[in-house]
Amino acid sequence: MFASFDFDVIRRSLPYLFLDGMTFTLTLTGLAALGGLIFGTLIALMRLSGHKLLGRIAGLYVDLMRSLPLVLVIFWFYFLVPYIGQWVTGASRPVRVGAFTSSLVTFILFEAAYFSEIMRAGIQSISKGQPAAANALGLTYAQTMRYVVLPQAFRNMLPVLLTQTIVLFQDTSLVYVLSIPDFLGAASKVAQRDGRLVEMYLFAAIVYFVISCTASFGVRRLQARISIVR
Amino acid sequence: MNYHWNWSIFWEPAPNGTGTYLDMLLSGLVLTIETAICAWIIALVFGTIFGVLRTLPSKTASRLGFAYVEFFRNMPLLVQLFIWFFVLPEILPPSWGLWMKQMPHAPFYTAAIGIGLFMSARVAEQTRAGISSLPRGQKLAATALGLTTAQTYRYVLLPMAFRIMIPPLTSEFLSTIKNTSVAITIGLIELTGEARAMQEFSFQVFEAFTGATVLYLLINIVVVIAMRFLERALAVPGYITGK
Repeated sequence: MFASFDFDVIRRSLPYLFLDGMTFTLTLTGLAALGGLIFGTLIALMRLSGHKLLGRIAGLYVDLMRSLPLVLVIFWFYFLVPYIGQWVTGASRPVRVGAFTSSLVTFILFEAAYFSEIMRAGIQSISKGQPAAANALGLTYAQTMRYVVLPQAFRNMLPVLLTQTIVLFQDTSLVYVLSIPDFLGAASKVAQRDGRLVEMYLFAAIVYFVISCTASFGVRRLQARISIVR
Repeated sequence: MNYHWNWSIFWEPAPNGTGTYLDMLLSGLVLTIETAICAWIIALVFGTIFGVLRTLPSKTASRLGFAYVEFFRNMPLLVQLFIWFFVLPEILPPSWGLWMKQMPHAPFYTAAIGIGLFMSARVAEQTRAGISSLPRGQKLAATALGLTTAQTYRYVLLPMAFRIMIPPLTSEFLSTIKNTSVAITIGLIELTGEARAMQEFSFQVFEAFTGATVLYLLINIVVVIAMRFLERALAVPGYITGK
């Protein structure tokens, strides 16, 4: 079964796979998680603000994003981002947007919906006494959120947020549909160029598996450490 | 925005000769639902088996269940589909590989099995959570009545667990439907694939994707409403099942 295996094709393409492909994947994952967390927190705050219209808009956004497949959302934004760019910059024609920017915008906006649900659960898990005490101390709404509620919510939800980031890391492989050379895209390019599908896809699977496994093991340990404190 | 909108595009004939563009999208919708249902059956069967394994007293069984879940959860679905579709026929004996490659509707079967197994790991987690959320007394009472382990699961634990698990299983089923779109990478032209084809034929990007979006929203609404009825019909008396 492994007799016709060409391990050398993996060795030869390592620099391309990791320096180009994996760098793209990890940068996209990191920035999208950060952006998704910021937007997600804002959306969660909108939903919990008690303001009818804001809450409704945020709820609709989250429901819409969560009912669509990521592949469709990637296609949507791939074509939409140039027009958004035109609208934002006021240019006369749709702005030319690179593969990385386009996928980054897509993942931030898509993940924001998922992160917002996590943050919402986190904020709701904090006892009413906390914001009430902050209020009694004379903190404004912004200060209450900034110094009292959000730090605790973030801390409580850290394992869930990190698990979602691992899911995001795996999901970034879907930029393949736009022929963008992320880690899987790079592996696939080499595979098709050299006719070595078996080796390259198995190798990609192992790399994803090892990274995700290690990360989720780390999250589990973190969770154990955090849960002792409470 | 200097985009030329043309909403009547849905009623114009598509160049692939199968009817209008709307028919194209609807045939994609049907394929999406078919794939999702096949995958869901596989996910439920394997998910239940391995979820139960994780709750058994035997160390080996729970380790096996753990390994299964970790295996399918830590690789992107796209990579798993590639393995099933491109790698498996090559590493099997040549005659089997040839049979797999020549099989009609290969993308459909690959997608159903690949997505089914991918989702089964999540269903296994839900099953485990469902079973372990039951009060300890249930299992103890079953043992006291003289039921074997198999009988305990068949008559006591699983019927209760499944009824509690309906809400999380609903969202897993919705994920299954959404995940079918990943199969466009192995050539399954389901709803997203048809929208993409419609965009390429007609150049009406946003109409095509809006059409697909609306159809996905419709499936979601139908599934959520249906499951809510099921949940109400199967609610365990005395349990708080939400609103």
